[in-house]
Amino acid sequence: MSWEVVIGLETHAQLSTTSKIFSGAPTAFGAPANAQACGIDLALPGVLPVLNRGAVERAIRFGVAVGATLNRRSVFARKNYFYPDLPKGYQISQYEIPVVVGGTLDIVLGTSRKTVRLTRAHLEEDAGKSLHEDFHGMTGIDLNRAGTPLLEIVSEPDMRSAEEAVAYAKALHALVRWIDICDGNMQEGSFRCDANVSVRRHGDERFGTRCEIKNLNSFRFLERAIEFEMRRQIDVLEDGGSIVQETRLYDPDRDETRSMRSKEDAHDYRYFPDPDLLPLEISEEWIAAVRTTMPELPAARRERFVEALRLPEYDAVSLTGSREMADYFEALVAALPDQPKLCANWLMGEVSARLNRDQIDLAQAPVSAVRLAGLLKRIADGTLSGKLAREVFDALWNGEGEADEIIERRGLKQISDSGELQTIIEQVIAANPKSVEEFRAGKEKAFNALVGQVMKATRGKANPQQVNDLLRQTL
Amino acid sequence: MALTLEDVGRIAHLARLHISAEEADRTLVQLNDIFALIEQMQAVDTAGIEPMAHPLGGAQRLREDVVTERIDREANMGNAPAREDGLFLVPRVIE
Amino acid sequence: MNELHLASAAELSRLLARGEVSSEDLARACLDRIERHRALNAFLDVRPEATLAQARAADRRRAAGDQGRLLGVPMAHKDIFVTRDWASTAASRMLEGYRSPFDATVVERLDQAGMVCLGKLNCDEFAMGSSNENSAFGPVLNPWDTRAVPGGSSGGSAAAVAARLTPVATATDTGGSIREPAAFTGVTGAKPTYGRPSRWGMIAFASSLDTAGVMTRTAEDAAHVLSGMLGFDPRDSTSVDRPPEDCARDLERSVRGLRIGVPKEFFGDGLSPDVEQAVRQALAVYEGLGAELVDISLPNVRLGIPVYYVVAPAEASSNLSRYDGVRYGHRATDYGDLVDMIKRSRAEGLGAEPKRRILVGTYVLSHGYYDAYYIKAQKVRRLIADEFQRGFASCDIIAGPVTTSVAFDIGENASDPVSMYLADLYTVPGSLAGIPSMSVPCGFGKAQRPVGLQLIANYFEEATMLRAAHQFQLATDWHRRVPDGFA
Repeated sequence: MSWEVVIGLETHAQLSTTSKIFSGAPTAFGAPANAQACGIDLALPGVLPVLNRGAVERAIRFGVAVGATLNRRSVFARKNYFYPDLPKGYQISQYEIPVVVGGTLDIVLGTSRKTVRLTRAHLEEDAGKSLHEDFHGMTGIDLNRAGTPLLEIVSEPDMRSAEEAVAYAKALHALVRWIDICDGNMQEGSFRCDANVSVRRHGDERFGTRCEIKNLNSFRFLERAIEFEMRRQIDVLEDGGSIVQETRLYDPDRDETRSMRSKEDAHDYRYFPDPDLLPLEISEEWIAAVRTTMPELPAARRERFVEALRLPEYDAVSLTGSREMADYFEALVAALPDQPKLCANWLMGEVSARLNRDQIDLAQAPVSAVRLAGLLKRIADGTLSGKLAREVFDALWNGEGEADEIIERRGLKQISDSGELQTIIEQVIAANPKSVEEFRAGKEKAFNALVGQVMKATRGKANPQQVNDLLRQTL
Repeated sequence: MALTLEDVGRIAHLARLHISAEEADRTLVQLNDIFALIEQMQAVDTAGIEPMAHPLGGAQRLREDVVTERIDREANMGNAPAREDGLFLVPRVIE
Repeated sequence: MNELHLASAAELSRLLARGEVSSEDLARACLDRIERHRALNAFLDVRPEATLAQARAADRRRAAGDQGRLLGVPMAHKDIFVTRDWASTAASRMLEGYRSPFDATVVERLDQAGMVCLGKLNCDEFAMGSSNENSAFGPVLNPWDTRAVPGGSSGGSAAAVAARLTPVATATDTGGSIREPAAFTGVTGAKPTYGRPSRWGMIAFASSLDTAGVMTRTAEDAAHVLSGMLGFDPRDSTSVDRPPEDCARDLERSVRGLRIGVPKEFFGDGLSPDVEQAVRQALAVYEGLGAELVDISLPNVRLGIPVYYVVAPAEASSNLSRYDGVRYGHRATDYGDLVDMIKRSRAEGLGAEPKRRILVGTYVLSHGYYDAYYIKAQKVRRLIADEFQRGFASCDIIAGPVTTSVAFDIGENASDPVSMYLADLYTVPGSLAGIPSMSVPCGFGKAQRPVGLQLIANYFEEATMLRAAHQFQLATDWHRRVPDGFA
């Protein structure tokens, strides 16, 4: 009998505020240890938290983007546990009443679509960092990250494969960047996932016992960790064992998950409303004001690309992978309104390949949408063949100026003057009597050889269709 | 309802307080006295009453998202029992 | 000039304004007296150079034309407020020698008003206690009778004002920590509305209850110091955003026609006859002044203690988690692993009472008990607060005893936490509601120990409360009595 995996994700998105969630200390990454931790972040005696408006506003943006309910009144609670990188001995989080409830996120896998339901999203503060390098056998504590605002986004257990989980994580990653609430930098830990994984027999209604896997800071690790954990759980169950609900850590070096014993006794968090903070109230006016500043969301844009521009679903999904990509694409289409497919092909093809090769983002690409549009126009009007177009694109990428200048300078214009082409064709016929004879004897292959000779003579600048027509006529 | 020695051990661990066996015995008696006092409130009917978390109610005031703290690491860390290279040092954390 | 120490802050303010004394002279005189009466153990940290620098600065401000009413007047801070210039310990071994990189808002505001700080005052550890026996640095003695406790947790503040070591002391009140010691030492102690004084820089005990206040010789002084102390602070989310207020504005208004509610529950079983007699006489004084006594009933105030001993320990258990020996504070020298280091540091650094309350608080918040204890207590807390509102429908202020008895002996309740907790029977309900209340000296009871009259006003009605206290003090001289040996 086969097994089904059930996955829910808890994602921590670091909100892109200037200052921390409860203090006026900066959030910038990479400062010397403890140089960005103020008295509040260090929990010195006598300090108190005050909530950052910017963090709340970003939570509202998220709620609006996923069509969630925004609680008009939500409550901050203390989650009590001891850990040296948790300075107060409690984390300020939201427990019973979070700011965002519900909402959905669509994911696309190949040609199929799926809607993942969100449980909630709540505001909380991040902890510091423990550095395990050797300090005379001790651990160093850096509290720069303590107090950084996080939005913890919890999904329902709606995913049924590692691929779906990755697709969800990618869609969420794209969304938080799209709506400008998180920089999405996974290396710096700005976007981290924990996965709740369980397995059950196909057809079973009940969920199996789940394990929570922590430390998944790349999509690849997420996928591998789920796959490992799935196999582990199935092995345990098939051997007649049972799954223990626990927190497990993914170790990328060994490509396995292992139990985190240190977290085991921390289950009684003694949540209670933080008496230092009052309930967070969000007015209708505030939500309405945030709504007016929202960009068109990826799903809506995807829809529009399919409906209005007649793009295939696959293209629409790719092009809405990030806001930069979609904006770039729209700038291309604005210059070539009747060539959306050509624009899509080039962006998803040549441009993406080049970005990949150079390991850069679209924002850093040396070819602007306007310049690329200059090249695509010359393809559309037949000036350039595909081969020549790629040569021009290389030059554009190397910063050699506008497409038209490059075409002119290199003499790459397609030969469209039929008189000039006729002269060349006649020269080719004269120089290849054998092929001509074979063609006249009915050998179609010989015709192709002649076409090749013409193309060679024009150094590829002739329009192949035109060559074909003229050659046949002449013969 | 009375607490047991086990309860005392459990909450002392949760609260990260080292407690000796004699202390635990003494503490158990005192905690049970205190809880006998606390139990008095169970007699009153509170159906439909909203819990009171703050004396004055009201809503959370929000701070503008600007950096306001000037950080003096030396002053902030001046009371640290052990530190090196700008880090607080603790016995090795094993995960 | 030999009687300077007997003068109230208002009298000193006049002397300073007339140039009859300098702030520096005053500060030196106070420091001398503090030194002479060290046996009281009222002060935990005295740094004459810091005090004198402030005094000279005040004198310079005066020379430059500053005429602030509090300018140059000496005072001292309860060691619950963090200060840059003096150690900040909360009377705990945990924070022995701790130096704060910042000043509490209350400290800052009184400093800006030009008051001169004499040092830090002893108290119960983390403000937990009713006798000042819980200080890690030894008990404070009651100047009226050194066998007696001065009350707590602000015992050092109370003893220092009663012994005329300082005319003004800050204090904090979570369940009675200003009013009870004020009553036990015959001084005036006022706790304003929760949220009016900033909690920034006040070492937290129970955040939804902790309220800064003041101890003085007179209600008039309390009114002026509170006016300087209270005010909105953006660094405290629970700070009330209201315009500044002159708490002394109504002092001179008579109490004729003032309706004083007398809750029958404050005069029930458990109240000592000597205290009752002094309080009843005080109420008679009010009647004589034209006030109207109104019988009221607050049936749920008897539940104040049970509720308080859920809410306050719950908040405290969490507030005191930061003392883990990692970033500051005591760290054990002998330990096994990290968890053991934290456990031993806390066990060694914290005293018996904070540990007891941490355990109670941890239990009431733990899985399976939260609703039965914490939520239940918060509901009863609302019942009590609502009851006060019904009471204030028929009166302007409420009056009664502060404590069930006069000051008890040192050691008398030390081994029985519950009997100690019951000392706060009449003060805890007002704390739970968050309303202003104060203690005014109103006579003496058993063993010639002082008795306090409690005045409780509605939210933001400090001016009315202080007016009632001041008018009482114009008609009586209990507040002018000085303990033997301190005149």
